[in-house]
Amino acid sequence: MMREKILMCGNEAIGEGAIQANCQFYAGYPITPQNELTAYMARRMYEEGRVFIQSESEISAINMVFGASLAGARAMTSSSSPGISLKQEGISYLVGCELPAVIVNIMRGGPGLGNIAPSQADYFQAVKGGGHGDYKTIVLAPSSVEEAFNLTRLSFDLADHYRNPVIILGDGLLGQMMEPLPQILNSKLKIQNYPKDWALTGCLGRKPRIIRSLLLGEGELERHNQKLQEKFKSISEKEVRFERLYLEDAEFVLIAYGTVSRICKAVVNNLRGKNKKIGLIRPITLWPFPEKIIRETAEKIEGILVVEMSAGQMLEDVKLAVEGKCPVYFCGRMGGGIPTEEEIYEKLSQMLI
Amino acid sequence: MKITNKTSSTNQTSKALRKVFSLPASMRDVAMHYCSGCGHGIIHRLICEVIDELEIREKTIGVAPVGCAVLAYDYWNFDTTEASHGRPPAVATGIKRILPERIVFTYQGDGDLAAIGTAEIIHTANRGENITVIFVNNAVYGMTGGQMAPTTILGQKTETTPWGRDAQRDGFPLKISEMLALLSGVVYVERTAVNNAKNVLLTKKAIKKAFLNQIENKGFSLVEILSPCPTYWRMSPVEAVKWIETEMVKYYPLGVIKG
Amino acid sequence: MAYIKIDKEKCKGCLLCMTNCPKGLIIQDEEINIKGVRAVSFKNNSECTGCAFCALMCPDVCIEVYK
Repeated sequence: MMREKILMCGNEAIGEGAIQANCQFYAGYPITPQNELTAYMARRMYEEGRVFIQSESEISAINMVFGASLAGARAMTSSSSPGISLKQEGISYLVGCELPAVIVNIMRGGPGLGNIAPSQADYFQAVKGGGHGDYKTIVLAPSSVEEAFNLTRLSFDLADHYRNPVIILGDGLLGQMMEPLPQILNSKLKIQNYPKDWALTGCLGRKPRIIRSLLLGEGELERHNQKLQEKFKSISEKEVRFERLYLEDAEFVLIAYGTVSRICKAVVNNLRGKNKKIGLIRPITLWPFPEKIIRETAEKIEGILVVEMSAGQMLEDVKLAVEGKCPVYFCGRMGGGIPTEEEIYEKLSQMLI
Repeated sequence: MKITNKTSSTNQTSKALRKVFSLPASMRDVAMHYCSGCGHGIIHRLICEVIDELEIREKTIGVAPVGCAVLAYDYWNFDTTEASHGRPPAVATGIKRILPERIVFTYQGDGDLAAIGTAEIIHTANRGENITVIFVNNAVYGMTGGQMAPTTILGQKTETTPWGRDAQRDGFPLKISEMLALLSGVVYVERTAVNNAKNVLLTKKAIKKAFLNQIENKGFSLVEILSPCPTYWRMSPVEAVKWIETEMVKYYPLGVIKG
Repeated sequence: MAYIKIDKEKCKGCLLCMTNCPKGLIIQDEEINIKGVRAVSFKNNSECTGCAFCALMCPDVCIEVYK
């Protein structure tokens, strides 16, 4: 079959991924650089006879998603950095109530109003949890338009399977850039069916259900937390995803995710052409973090260079994984700056490789 | 029904008397945590009576607020959730849009609805969401110890207005019902009170109408209910219901404001 | 005529029933209930019309009315 290709920006690819994952409810609020996603959902959700609401704020949007999710529907909201900050309480409630939902952050420069250039400076917020309480959310970091589409479809299955919110962590570059999407995207994919026998649908023929996160009884909340930690443990064991390049004989490894990893791939391939033994690890799940492969690799190599569009956040998780087995260096740009190949070469040359 | 006044002895007449008033089926038979004389208990019961009479218990989903009534789900005998503070209208929007055949209502206090949740209530009303909102106005924050609420009236002493609410410093009491009535998406707004038996019956009538509007897909309905908070008004329950009559009603007039 | 039953252990002694009974048929007990509160009692006689004002005003659904 001749594979036709459709040109789509990352934002729209995420939208189409949600549509094909049978997302029944979307609420969003305008914010650059993710506006194309909201506009795409406005059109496509209507075409599919599903619910689209432009809400009065990002806070309202996450709470609408909370309502749609507890009613048993696949639900999503999207925003960018400042808007995601407003959703943190809602995300904590979703985890506390064990409700599935997908939250998309197309990161922009910060802090504050920042700018609308790409950034990865919300890593800690997404991975460590910007809301209150001990909680985790699965965090998926696409590095291409097609991967954004695929990871969004995956996120709905993960959210339903674990009854926990999932965050898609993209950035302004990924959201805005257009890349071809293979024709397969139009094929109606098989929707995994997750029975929602916990949802609030009206207590006809059953006892009434309560969905809440306030647990005032003696030890009640602690027991609930223990149950949540069990869930997070099982996710950590089963859902780690990453991409690896040339680790077999690598003496030096770059670690980067999202769009920055593509710049690093160019560096790796270029240096491999000059017989430099350099490799790459690209985390796809930022949580659960691929610490095992990083630790094992660190034991065999000279050093690691972490490259991020931030002051160095994933850097800390890499250091935790490496446990001092090899030096870990950092090369990054902040405030919407994008690392260039030259800067990475420069940094690598300083480290005599 | 007229009772023929047979010459009845002090004990009951031969005809066994029928129970005409008891716990509604939609209400759990448990002791409630509310303070002595708090209006929440009355309002909870009225909602459950209406749900019984409209026979919608198995189709109803309630959204409890953050505040004294957060524990409403322990007292209601139907599906219930609890929203983060101020967000019940947004949660209810999500539920109703996904389950349009279900009856969805929010139960909110004045801190929840008129302070942190003002944006949600205005935009939910303005979208004309086909839901029912029960807005309990007791002029203070109860759960957190009696602070000023947006509906605290001028001169009223609270934890955070120890010398009485002062307009210059604390602004003016918020008239939610009148404000929302201006929005085209709103079909019915009424303000009632639960300070005496007559008003309790009027409150029930208003609640029933608000639920009927939803059943008939007419759009957004809200009932604002003036309710006593003896503990943080620093009064006895009997004085508190009187204070509603003499003070609160002056600023919050009762009656149908729209529809 | 009519009469009411009061769940004395659930009663919180708010007296809203007492002050709303048109016939003054509800009085406050001297002794205290399990909550440490002086609950109320019904002066059972023929004057009760079963109007249920007391039950309407009771915040804790302690009163059943028979008519």
